[in-house]
Amino acid sequence: MATGLHKSDVANPVLRWIDARLPVITLMQKEYGTFPTPRNFNYLWNFGALAMVNLLVMIATGVVLAMHYTPHVSMAFDSVERIMRDVNYGWLLRYVHANGASMFFIVVYIHIWRGLYYGSYKAPRELLWMLGVVIFLLMMATAFMGYVLPWGQMSFWGATVITNLFSAIPLVGESIVTWLWGGFSVDNPTLNRFFSLHYLLPFVIFGVVFLHVAALHITGSNNPLGIDPKGPQDTLPFHPYYTAKDSVGLVVYFIVFAVLVFFFPNMLGHADNYIPANPLVTPPHIVPEWYFLPFYAILRAIPDKLGGVLMMFGAIAVLFVLPWLDTSPIRSMRFRPVARVALFIWLLSFLVLLYCGGKPPDEPFVTISRIATLYYFAYFLVILPLLGRLERPLPLPESIAMPVLRGGGPLPAGAMSKPMEKA
Amino acid sequence: MADSMAPTAPQDGETRRDFLQLVTGAFAAVGVGAVVWPFISSMNPARDVLALSTTEVDLTPIATGSAVTVMWRGKPVFVRNRTAEEIQVARQVPLSQLPDPATDQSRVKKDQWLVLVGVCTHLGCVPLGQKPTDPRGDYGGWFCPCHGSHYDTSGRIRKGPAPTNLLVPEYAFTSDTQIRVG
Repeated sequence: MATGLHKSDVANPVLRWIDARLPVITLMQKEYGTFPTPRNFNYLWNFGALAMVNLLVMIATGVVLAMHYTPHVSMAFDSVERIMRDVNYGWLLRYVHANGASMFFIVVYIHIWRGLYYGSYKAPRELLWMLGVVIFLLMMATAFMGYVLPWGQMSFWGATVITNLFSAIPLVGESIVTWLWGGFSVDNPTLNRFFSLHYLLPFVIFGVVFLHVAALHITGSNNPLGIDPKGPQDTLPFHPYYTAKDSVGLVVYFIVFAVLVFFFPNMLGHADNYIPANPLVTPPHIVPEWYFLPFYAILRAIPDKLGGVLMMFGAIAVLFVLPWLDTSPIRSMRFRPVARVALFIWLLSFLVLLYCGGKPPDEPFVTISRIATLYYFAYFLVILPLLGRLERPLPLPESIAMPVLRGGGPLPAGAMSKPMEKA
Repeated sequence: MADSMAPTAPQDGETRRDFLQLVTGAFAAVGVGAVVWPFISSMNPARDVLALSTTEVDLTPIATGSAVTVMWRGKPVFVRNRTAEEIQVARQVPLSQLPDPATDQSRVKKDQWLVLVGVCTHLGCVPLGQKPTDPRGDYGGWFCPCHGSHYDTSGRIRKGPAPTNLLVPEYAFTSDTQIRVG
């Protein structure tokens, strides 16, 4: 073998020739074939793979939709209606793309919840978690700009409200908003650049997803017990065990997706977006897409413009520092009786905010939103830092294999290390 | 050879190397800035957008107590012919009760005619209150349905999240019955 070539053990001579020069087959085998993965995953560990599939669905449908769409204020709405009525399977592509955005957020919210519940953000996975928050932010930007493209009433007024958030910045706010708009209101230059960025950002997301997965394959996956694998008896090769488990989840995911697309394609949208954009008339009740409602509720809960904007962005910014706010070394909430309850109340506050965000800005929703906002932040900034010191966690199992095998069978020496120390 | 190339005084050598690095870094930063600026600047309003149009409004058809909405720079402009009662209410409010204090006199050129940019100063929605059937909020002016800001009969913010009063655009009376906005 010539020097400088990778020593490939692929059997097929053609593939081996390629693999020796560009070891992609070896790489895939290492990262997705034999990759040692904790043996005790539950179905919540499907959602990373589901999010990846969802991103590919969005890119595939989006590229084709862009072939039929016209980013101009006088033609955008009609071009979308043409996609729905005249383009072959245009209705299908658009409904898959529109509901795909909702599915993407459902999947990613569950994925984030999994991380919160099992402490996947804790050392050594802090950077992995932060890259995930970056992906989440990019997703929100992409989804927002995508919702503007059909140029309906909700598109226009959603774009107006969200871009106006930046006018809350002292001194330079107005200049920034003019720069974002390319004019003095949301208009054709705005629509053009949003289309350009809406096409670009998914590929940026793809790049950050690559880094997210690369970081994951350094630290390895967390697991429902939140304890580290202590040897081969605690892990399984990714293929076929988790390719199979992910496939089961994927089938369920596609069933839910298909029910949405084929039976309730407009359930998660808003009827007003089938009215062409009118800069002179604000719809009586404007709401963002459902996946932004919790953050929209936080914005409206604060009676001050700059304060509301800061709290809304702060609700996501706080996730970046979560690995350092949670001072407990115990990852899984299964062994944190108090934090577990606090986290479920946090989930409730998130869902309450989601509900209130879709309601008019009147009482009692304003007061309820304020209480939920207070708890949303208190969980991260007060409860978690304190519980790390005050809470007495339950005893951790000695290893992953022990509870999985229900204590059956002797384990190799060295696998039976000491129980993890408590906080 | 190697000895002769080594700086005799290490500190001098370090200083010169530091200087070269700083100069190179500074030139690179200026260069990157010069290249990036056209990209950023291109996103600002283009010249055709900046070529501000002015909008003429004929006031004769606007009866006392009613209002019209005209377009100016892509935004709605409210022109309201106020009743004597509305003017009186606007002028009786003590300035201390206003979140963004401004006298009614400072916001109009002729008492009955109130001209405003019809964009809520909170997040840019168009407040309701132009049509007789619209809700006008708790202070009889305008009400923004998006986030619940109430404006009075002088277009001043009275209640809700908006930080400032509705903007009064540049305008001039070209005759007794005509104004030019812009």
